[in-house]
Amino acid sequence: MASLPRHQVLPGFRLTLGYTLLYLSLLVLIPLSTVFVKTASGGWEHFVAIATAPRVLASFRLSFGAALLAAAINAVFGLLLAWSLVRYRFPGRKIVDSLIDLPFALPTAVAGIALTAIYSPKGWVGSLAADHGIRIAFTPAGVLIALIFIGLPFIVRTVQPVLEDLEVELEEAATSLGAQRWQIFRMVIFPTLLPALLTGFALAFARAVGEYGSVIFIAGNIPMVSEIAPLMIITKLEQYDYTGATGIAAVMLIASFILLFIINSLQAWSARRIGRKI
Amino acid sequence: MSGATSLNAAQVASLSPARHYEDNPATRDRPWVKWSILGISLAFFAGFLLLPLATVFVEAFKKGWDVYLAAITEDDALASIKLTLIAAVIAVPLNLVFGVAAAWAIAKFEFRAKQFLITLIDLPFSVSPVVAGLVYVLLFGAQGLLGPWLDAHDLKIVFAVPGIVLATVFVTFPFVARELIPLMQAQGKEEEEAAIVLGANGWQTFWHVTLPNIKWGLIYGVVLCNARAMGEFGAVSVVSGHIRGITNTMPLQIEILYNEYQFAAAFAVASLLALLALVTLVLKTLIEWRAALNARDHQQESAS
Repeated sequence: MASLPRHQVLPGFRLTLGYTLLYLSLLVLIPLSTVFVKTASGGWEHFVAIATAPRVLASFRLSFGAALLAAAINAVFGLLLAWSLVRYRFPGRKIVDSLIDLPFALPTAVAGIALTAIYSPKGWVGSLAADHGIRIAFTPAGVLIALIFIGLPFIVRTVQPVLEDLEVELEEAATSLGAQRWQIFRMVIFPTLLPALLTGFALAFARAVGEYGSVIFIAGNIPMVSEIAPLMIITKLEQYDYTGATGIAAVMLIASFILLFIINSLQAWSARRIGRKI
Repeated sequence: MSGATSLNAAQVASLSPARHYEDNPATRDRPWVKWSILGISLAFFAGFLLLPLATVFVEAFKKGWDVYLAAITEDDALASIKLTLIAAVIAVPLNLVFGVAAAWAIAKFEFRAKQFLITLIDLPFSVSPVVAGLVYVLLFGAQGLLGPWLDAHDLKIVFAVPGIVLATVFVTFPFVARELIPLMQAQGKEEEEAAIVLGANGWQTFWHVTLPNIKWGLIYGVVLCNARAMGEFGAVSVVSGHIRGITNTMPLQIEILYNEYQFAAAFAVASLLALLALVTLVLKTLIEWRAALNARDHQQESAS
């Protein structure tokens, strides 16, 4: 083989790569490019006017802000959950482990109406909060809850495998050198987990920014207060304002591209840190 | 967006003799630390994941079995179930064929910009579902690029079944490819090359050598792809036009019922999708268990 490095034994390269590129272009790349074609045809100033309208800016602030906060909350509790699943034996561990993926499998609309039923003022948790004068559903707090729900598995599932691969010998060595548990966690375990934790954070954030189904029921969709950016696109479409909808979509697409780039870099870093090929 | 949605390699490790962190003084946490972490994380799990799941079934059966049965056998509900099945039956095989082709090209051959291609395949995961729906409206809608041409030929894509299928294909695009690419890369190409050298043709090689090796990853990708295809809401909502009984999938039917304050009926249809989610999770656990057993057998074989 070494003498013939350019010779291919296996067939099907042209066919499969050709089909892959064709299918990818027709279904994903060409359709996505229409967003930029349409935005460009409207002109730069028109685009800026759309993207900086007060109601649109408020929706961007809510979508990005709530997604950031939800990812941060999930980073803390997701790490604790991953730690519990890997380090502790407790009854029902396997079931908890399987159900972590529920937000991936449960359709977003189902999650949306279930969360609304729980947190609305008539709901089980919502009525308790209402007694103390707190409203959760139909406020930005409701948006946050929905985004926490859909983001949790991203953190657990990126941290968990790294935690399982962690060399026990490191901790044994640190212990024999006199380190305390907390010191070991802070100085040995956490630095190893950090790239995976950040990857999970970025994945949860990326998913939450564009999330629609689980949010719109619980958000209440009050202009300037609890309207998310994807809903603004739908609202503009319903008013037949195609340029307006496309302008917002262009901003969100650019954010997706940037996030995808960051996630790829983080994953490469994470793979290097734990000494594994991607 | 791998990691979170791919076959969990960690499960494979957990089948091998359990490493007892709690028996090892160096990895054991103090009891109060253990119970605090366990308590907090399980409370979070119960509050954010179990509670919504339980709520779906409690609300669905609140008004009794008769109301439940009536809600899911009503004409519009049945039509929405049928449309959801149609969309999945078309979208899943399309993405299955694409996933196998892409994984074959990427895992078995070297070419430039391969990593970039993998990133592009991942793209639909990080695009908002609403944007995914919008792009098809921009292409095929009445005011879209191809709108006038479609209109002249009396073809309808947006606000009709083809649009729903397209949107479903888009959002489930990477699932099978994402599952197979790392799996086939890890397996290398020696076995296939041996088959070809021994005189098998490409198709025989794929069918008898590659497919048995990637079986579990393939099934896993299809299961996830199907769950997402049947549950997609945002993208489908944009292209559907919400015509009752004609272009409503199950998630859209849930939205309509909910907005009409028919909560019991909305949760009844939702409970069917929640059941699908639970079946998906059970299948996922079984497949991971099988894949782990296979991996262990494989290790023992190569060790002996």
